[in-house]
Amino acid sequence: MEAMLNRTLNISTSPHITKGSSTDVIMQNVVWALIPVALFAVYSFGMSAFLVIATSVISAVLTEHFLCRISKQESTIGDWSAVITGLLLGLTLPPNFPLWMAFVGGMIAIGLGKFIFGGLGYNVFNPALVGRAVLQAAFPVAITTWFPAFGEGRFTSVSVSTFTAPFMEPAVDGFTGATPLSAFKFDNVTADSMELALGQITGSTGETCALLIILGGIYLAARKMMDWKIPVAILATVFALSGILYLVDSQAYPSPVFMLFSGGLMLGAVFMATDMVASPMTTLGVVVYGAIIGLLTVVIRIWGGLPEGVMYAILLANAISPHIDKMIRPRVYGTTKKKASA
Amino acid sequence: MSQAQQIQAAPANSWKMLQAMVGIGILCALLIVLTFQGTLERIENNRAEALEKAIFNVIPGISKKKTFTIGADNEIMEVKGDEASGQLIYAGYDENNELVGLAIEAAGMGYADIIRILYGYDPEKQVVFGFNVMETKETPGLGDKIEKDPRFLANFEALDVSLDEQAQDLNHDVVTVKQGEKENPWEIDGITGATISSRAIGNIIRSSTEELLPVIYNNLNAFTYENE
Amino acid sequence: MSDQSVKKGESGFLATLKGSPSTDEFIKGLWKDNPVFVQVLGMCPVLAVSNTAINALAMGLATTFVMLMSNILVSSLRNFIPKQVRIASYILIIATFVTITDYMIAFISVELHKALGAFISLIVVNCLILSRAEAFASKNTIGKSILDALGMGVGFTFALFCLGAVREILGNGTFFDMAILPGSFQEWIVMILPAGGFFTLAIWLLIFNAAKAKKATA
Repeated sequence: MEAMLNRTLNISTSPHITKGSSTDVIMQNVVWALIPVALFAVYSFGMSAFLVIATSVISAVLTEHFLCRISKQESTIGDWSAVITGLLLGLTLPPNFPLWMAFVGGMIAIGLGKFIFGGLGYNVFNPALVGRAVLQAAFPVAITTWFPAFGEGRFTSVSVSTFTAPFMEPAVDGFTGATPLSAFKFDNVTADSMELALGQITGSTGETCALLIILGGIYLAARKMMDWKIPVAILATVFALSGILYLVDSQAYPSPVFMLFSGGLMLGAVFMATDMVASPMTTLGVVVYGAIIGLLTVVIRIWGGLPEGVMYAILLANAISPHIDKMIRPRVYGTTKKKASA
Repeated sequence: MSQAQQIQAAPANSWKMLQAMVGIGILCALLIVLTFQGTLERIENNRAEALEKAIFNVIPGISKKKTFTIGADNEIMEVKGDEASGQLIYAGYDENNELVGLAIEAAGMGYADIIRILYGYDPEKQVVFGFNVMETKETPGLGDKIEKDPRFLANFEALDVSLDEQAQDLNHDVVTVKQGEKENPWEIDGITGATISSRAIGNIIRSSTEELLPVIYNNLNAFTYENE
Repeated sequence: MSDQSVKKGESGFLATLKGSPSTDEFIKGLWKDNPVFVQVLGMCPVLAVSNTAINALAMGLATTFVMLMSNILVSSLRNFIPKQVRIASYILIIATFVTITDYMIAFISVELHKALGAFISLIVVNCLILSRAEAFASKNTIGKSILDALGMGVGFTFALFCLGAVREILGNGTFFDMAILPGSFQEWIVMILPAGGFFTLAIWLLIFNAAKAKKATA
């Protein structure tokens, strides 16, 4: 024991299976993959979206730096992970979201989603989604008030709710839109698939253009910086389940294509469910994990009280991912199955 | 020293244990019965008062009320005493014993659980003119706007529930629309952020008015005030 | 070192060291052995009924009343109850006073009774009350047991009130139903929801432990 303790251990973050690239290189590449999505968000929603994304990134980085300082650790903002958390959070918020709320969201994402568990590598949940879940519970009206895309003068002026004074209620814009999912849930109207894929719709800043998200995912998967099996498992499950329902009753249930391209499913499947710390490590585990997310998403969207369920689906699957790994632990070579599970 | 040793030291004495349990049991039963008897009257008064307050709230300007129920063959009967069950309708009268309006109990599924409401019906103008939430478990601060939001409550000052010429069906079904899109007197202006709860209220009132108003309207004489 | 051991002794149940022991029995529940912030007992009502200041206060007082009465009865019957059936007897006594409290609250106000709902009946399973009966009242005189129940009760009510005040102000913009923040204040809905109870409790525990740690190093 003594000898063990005295040895210098190389403590790395999980997963311990090395993939050849160090944390900050992977993180930087994720940022590159996200930048087209963010640029499109700014192009379609204008200044307001830019401010929301920038605020949540700044808030996440500042919080990380500040928490490292007060816990007398070396600042970890250099590993880019706080930037990703802030960026992802900003991309899941409505473009007209008040900036002070986005700032609070960034603080919660880092403080409650990551730091409380011990920092990068120990977070049980995807930090950005923790931040968004708390915002959703705290400010349910502001987070479901949407801003139409491609509004005139979007580059020169901002939404009236953007610069709401801290702790004050945002003013309601004269023109608010409904997302394709809420339009389906409450008025049974489905949007056109092409519009969905190309981002001609209302929604959170980064969830509208499915095509760019897929491109970002392919880039990461090609560089082996992301487990492609997770998004594929999620999307396949959603497609299969909603396809069955659509075949049973095409009036009551939306088409599988609509389900795939609407809401935050693409963004969630490609960039959030693939969080390396909060997802399982085994191949079979990853598939089970993806299937669970897909199943929960369909169940919440179709039978739940809320129009969108990707966020809760991913958070719930994050919570059980260690158990998935434990249940299907790979057999040690040369042992019998019984022995390995004992 | 420890409790385990103490228990072993004192061998189980069943008679003493029985004595203690029965003694405490009788003492406790006595205390409960005494409190129950002492508070019963006031508690029932409190409950009746809360109901009365709600009825007076949905039918403005009344001075007395009577309770009615609808029987199996759509017959309207007065309920005497406390044996209230089934669909209850409270009739409110002014000082000259003239019928002012009816308070009707209704219930339906909300976002979290069943919502129970009481609404006031004016048979003369054929409108809903009062609304009170009796029981709700809707999300505080969000779904519970259905009982607090003054803009939403303003829907129930004169909600059109007029019957058609044969007095068999409503001219227009009550329906909840999106906030700010109310155009007709039979529409309920919904609440942004409490879509499901405000729609639930619309559904509850629609199904209740569809079912009960034709019966009530055709039997209005049954509600005439009679002195006993 | 010696100073600490004296302190520890004072907070102990059977401590009758120096000073006035009766005040110690009362004071310990307020701070040193605070049932919520130090012992972390009775979390179910603490989290569930602390969404407004008035609910928190009512729940605290109801619990204090049950604790006081059960401590008195347990203490006065402590030589009569055989060891083997003591827990059953305590539960019987506590359940009786919970039922009585239930009637009393409906007696005072139907609205309050509705707001507290099922949580009044759940006082019976509040481990704080049973722990006071078992750990204190069954071994001490009636006078001391009364002081202990009052101290613990006030400490519990204080803690509930701390949570209730924060949750009501942030979650509803009001304090005892009076609007104290400007009308355009954005309510933090999550604070009234169950999750807000956990957040607020965690933050209070953080503050208490930080204060304790600072005192220990000072």
